Amino acid sequence: MATHMAEPAAGGADAAVEHLTAEDRVWLLRAMLMMRGLEERAMSLYRQGRVPGSFYDGYGQEAVSAGAAFAMGPQDRLCILHRDLAAHLIRGVTPSRILSQYMGRAAGITAGRDGNVHFGDRNLGCVGMVSMLPDMMLVAAGMAMAFKLRGERRCAMTWFGDGSTSRGDFHEAMNWAGVQKLPVVFVLENNQYAYSTPVDKQYAVDPVERAAAYGFVGVTVDGNDVEAMFDAARAARERALAGDGPTLIEAVTMRMHGHAAHDDMKYVPKEQVEEWRKRDPIERQEERLRAVGVDIDALRASVKAEIDAAAEEALAGPMPDPGTATDGVFCTGEAEPLGDGQAPWSGFH
Amino acid sequence: MPTLTYLQAISAALRDELRADQRVLLMGEDIGVFGGAFKVTDGFVEEFGTDRVMDTPLAESGIIGTAIGAAVVGMRPVCEMQFSDFISCGFDQLVNVAGKMHYRQGLAVPITVRLPSGGGFSGGPFHSQNPEAWFMHSPGIKVVAPSTAEDAKGLLHSAIHDPNPVCYMEHKHLYRRVKGEVPSGVFETPFTARVARPGSDLVVIAYGAMVSVALEATEDLDGAAVEVLDLRSLVPLDEEAILDAVQRCSKVVIVDEANATCAAGAQVAALIAEKGFESLDGPVVRVATPDVPIPFSPPLEQAVLPGVDRVREACRELLAY
Repeated sequence: MATHMAEPAAGGADAAVEHLTAEDRVWLLRAMLMMRGLEERAMSLYRQGRVPGSFYDGYGQEAVSAGAAFAMGPQDRLCILHRDLAAHLIRGVTPSRILSQYMGRAAGITAGRDGNVHFGDRNLGCVGMVSMLPDMMLVAAGMAMAFKLRGERRCAMTWFGDGSTSRGDFHEAMNWAGVQKLPVVFVLENNQYAYSTPVDKQYAVDPVERAAAYGFVGVTVDGNDVEAMFDAARAARERALAGDGPTLIEAVTMRMHGHAAHDDMKYVPKEQVEEWRKRDPIERQEERLRAVGVDIDALRASVKAEIDAAAEEALAGPMPDPGTATDGVFCTGEAEPLGDGQAPWSGFH
Repeated sequence: MPTLTYLQAISAALRDELRADQRVLLMGEDIGVFGGAFKVTDGFVEEFGTDRVMDTPLAESGIIGTAIGAAVVGMRPVCEMQFSDFISCGFDQLVNVAGKMHYRQGLAVPITVRLPSGGGFSGGPFHSQNPEAWFMHSPGIKVVAPSTAEDAKGLLHSAIHDPNPVCYMEHKHLYRRVKGEVPSGVFETPFTARVARPGSDLVVIAYGAMVSVALEATEDLDGAAVEVLDLRSLVPLDEEAILDAVQRCSKVVIVDEANATCAAGAQVAALIAEKGFESLDGPVVRVATPDVPIPFSPPLEQAVLPGVDRVREACRELLAY
């Protein structure tokens, strides 16, 4: 099977517009603005000592999760990575629950049992990641396997980074999905660095080419173009639902902040950061929408107001009761499978 | 009631589950057309097809990881590790993804992992291990280890019905050696201990293959009334049954086929030291495999695995204490 290597953003935005209403395009921008705003707020809470542990964000990578998750249906299932907060927002996780999660509060998605973006709301069709990357590729492949066995028209999607492509689970999942021709979409979020290790120490061949080696399609997409990301994911989902197997989407982007809050990123050349700053995904989408008359200032103001209210609500919430620390290790009732998430794309309505 | 071998009882449980519940799916290496390395699933493909008795790629992490994914969208996967030793390649998925899922996100992972374990047949260092303690130390995973044909069936039904990840330790040495009457159809065996033989002078606490070793070693021990307690489940551990036996017998020998350090028996010994001290009339005695890889050559292997003679000697010494 030939690997299709799309040029970054080649026709992406134009092609996407066919499938996006004006409201959808605003939705995408709103999800990215909300992700950035929430992470900035969480960072300031971290500096105030209200976020325990460390803090990780996806500044500059907002388009990867917003665009890809937007193409998924309510019955599709997602395993979301730590720089992909927008995917949670699109599935319907509320900002106050996210800020509660960062602060380890009882109202957080994991009720304080896990931190930062290590969460998935099971009622919204999401499984939270673990730190061993990319373990969730296999979990997503397993969901897709079940869909295929049951003859259901659904797919699974997961995200992972460039560093993940070195680990065995990447290869086991790619191979498994290829052999069984599973309805799964693998989003490789190539942000150029795995902690401090640049991609030239991670792989000798662009990992998108590996898709062909495992018998399915690999595409490279401008990961800083939210509409191009959406369109690549939409096409991958269609392929999956048509029974044509998995897709590897390599979203080329850049990690604009350190690995975590403590990391000053001295190992990244300044010019590289400056170059990528010109390709900010939010500014690009704002420019597009401003050109068609969207009031960006009003949108930004409404996002900020929502974050202010969310922060107030989260800060007022209690910490978890220490007496519950040993609860819930085992399920003692019926095993309830994942529920459906929200799917705001107009294509589903 | 039909008489089945331990292996036939495992097969019968799997067959009954596949017939009763469309969500049940068997996954493993060479379990389909070939029927499994030990023939546990022999003939299954003909009845259930290759989708439900799935020959997977040779990838243990893949087996556990995809089973987790299938489980959280409503399936009931039963994974076979061809040998329990190979679970080391799927350890991360089991311990970090499956074991922590419910605590972190309230999401149940109903998977059963069948682990053909144990030595005694010159399998060498990579086909003879007893890795149960690895998972006892990992929160969120249940661990069971049947010693009889009836329990092999009942515990497997219970494991598959359980909403949590369950490691089902099936001892290879028992597959064709142990036989017994086994009820037909689906029935559940609780994750609790079982008195294999009542007694009052001393209790031998064991599980898996060591239960029959303990029974044989103490069948006629100078007229002493020796109890044998079969743990059956290691997580949860039946503390009440253990402490009750200690109270009645006052002398305890604990037998593990696993390597001694931090083995299941070490946990039992710690429990007795903490909560059963007042009942003891002698030191807690342990018989286990020393901390060495399981050697290949028969005289070396027999030198490390606990056998009837070692268990009998340990009981004699303790009875004389």
